[in-house]
Amino acid sequence: MEKLIITVIGRDRVGILAQVCSYLARAGVNILDISQTITGGYFNMMMVADASSSPRDFGRLVADLAKIGRKIGLQIGCQKAEIFEKMHRV
Amino acid sequence: MTDISEVLETNRMIVEENLDVRTITMGVSLLDTCGSSVDAICRRIREKLLKYARKLVATGEEIERDFGVPIINKRISVTPAAVVGASCCRKASDFVKIARTMDAAAKELGVNFIGGYSAILSKGMTDADRLFFDSIPAALAATSRVCSSVNVGSTKSGIDMDAVRLMGEKVVETARRTPNSIGCAKLVALCNAPDDNPFMAGAFHGISEGEAVINVGVSGPGVVNHVLKSIRGADFETLCETIKRTAFKITRVGQLVAQEASRRLGVPFGIIDLSLAPTPAVGDSVADILREIGLEQPGAPGTTAALALLNDQVKKGGVMASSYVGGLSGAFIPVSEDRGMIAAVEAGALSIEKLEAMTCVCSVGLDMIAVPGDTSAATIAGIIADEAAIGMVNQKTTAVRIIPVKGGKVGDMVEFGGLLGHAPVMEVSKFSCEAMIGRRGRIPAPIHSFRN
Repeated sequence: MEKLIITVIGRDRVGILAQVCSYLARAGVNILDISQTITGGYFNMMMVADASSSPRDFGRLVADLAKIGRKIGLQIGCQKAEIFEKMHRV
Repeated sequence: MTDISEVLETNRMIVEENLDVRTITMGVSLLDTCGSSVDAICRRIREKLLKYARKLVATGEEIERDFGVPIINKRISVTPAAVVGASCCRKASDFVKIARTMDAAAKELGVNFIGGYSAILSKGMTDADRLFFDSIPAALAATSRVCSSVNVGSTKSGIDMDAVRLMGEKVVETARRTPNSIGCAKLVALCNAPDDNPFMAGAFHGISEGEAVINVGVSGPGVVNHVLKSIRGADFETLCETIKRTAFKITRVGQLVAQEASRRLGVPFGIIDLSLAPTPAVGDSVADILREIGLEQPGAPGTTAALALLNDQVKKGGVMASSYVGGLSGAFIPVSEDRGMIAAVEAGALSIEKLEAMTCVCSVGLDMIAVPGDTSAATIAGIIADEAAIGMVNQKTTAVRIIPVKGGKVGDMVEFGGLLGHAPVMEVSKFSCEAMIGRRGRIPAPIHSFRN
């Protein structure tokens, strides 16, 4: 499994999840878990996803998601999950 | 399962608090390039560097993208040039050819600095070492990416005062021969230099090292500073615990990056250097941490104690996070590369003498300090001797990277650009040490070096 963490940060609005999810579906990325918090009108979402059956390379996923983010005025990042696991777990 | 608050914390460290991996440094042994012809050696050096480091920059960028963490520098260190060139260099200009080869290879590979234009001395000099010394100013004037270092002493064998004197002379000559005296920002004198330091200008690939190795230097003063803001006024136990936890997290990122770089490049992982390395960026300052601990300015009474505490907690947290720790590992206090340090000098809080005291308890030494252009070679040698003595007696690495700025007067500001930052010209003691520096020979090893 190639575990990814996708983060979406910005002002809350209608259809954020739909946009991101439909891209991921087209890219063959399987969503394992979604969590979100809204603080002061700011939307923080995190998706745990598995890209092992996606035909797209990782650089392309990062670039595409960032592009969608720019289009809808949000910051969308995509990182390999190990950085979070290493940093916060002994 | 990954928790959203942890993800947000990591990304906040990266975006807002300047968390980064400061450098991936690939060490490459040049021992097998030795021979009797300078041109043949230069050709083999280029071939070897290209063979090992061809993908260094691209791999570094790939890792940055995968984990979303910036890796500021991708660099190379090589076997000390004084060793590599000993068999064939008959004049100083032969050594300069080696420097030019290193510079051209660094340019070709897209790395901003290559370290190892170095000599490792502490007891005596060979004829080749003397030639090498003579070549330093010309080598730094002829190249832009080459970093040079000379180890002048060690706890085990004492201080080579002839090397110290020569180093003082070469620093002055380098300042004269390079624009803005910038060559001196790439020239460092060390005592107890580690073989595996990934940080410039003192990086070289020691002869105890293997064929090639990946060493990683972590950073993150901004992260430590931020977290300390949230515990203002807390007791020392809380303060230490908080620094330790933060250092652990920072180092784990370094360890991950090091392992990935090692795997992707097919080069063994060497060490993580646990250093709080500041940059000129706002909020990426070791001086700000000292302020946050409770000092009005770095240099105020209590500074040495605060720095000792900080340095020790960084190591305690970091050691737990990595299987191999090495290099310099400590908080850096370069003046020109840390806005907070510059402000402290400008406020009159920080002198060279106080900085010297601070170097007793942290890595690494008097770093990136601009002094007046008329500072004599003997005075610079005296400053180097003092730092080397601190290193020798305390069994630690110390260093001096000092810049006698051409035409510079106390209070002037000198711009070095990029990560090297800018520095106020600091006052140096007016009293002479010429007669002491004029003596020949060496300072013997201290009594506690006889441990057998």
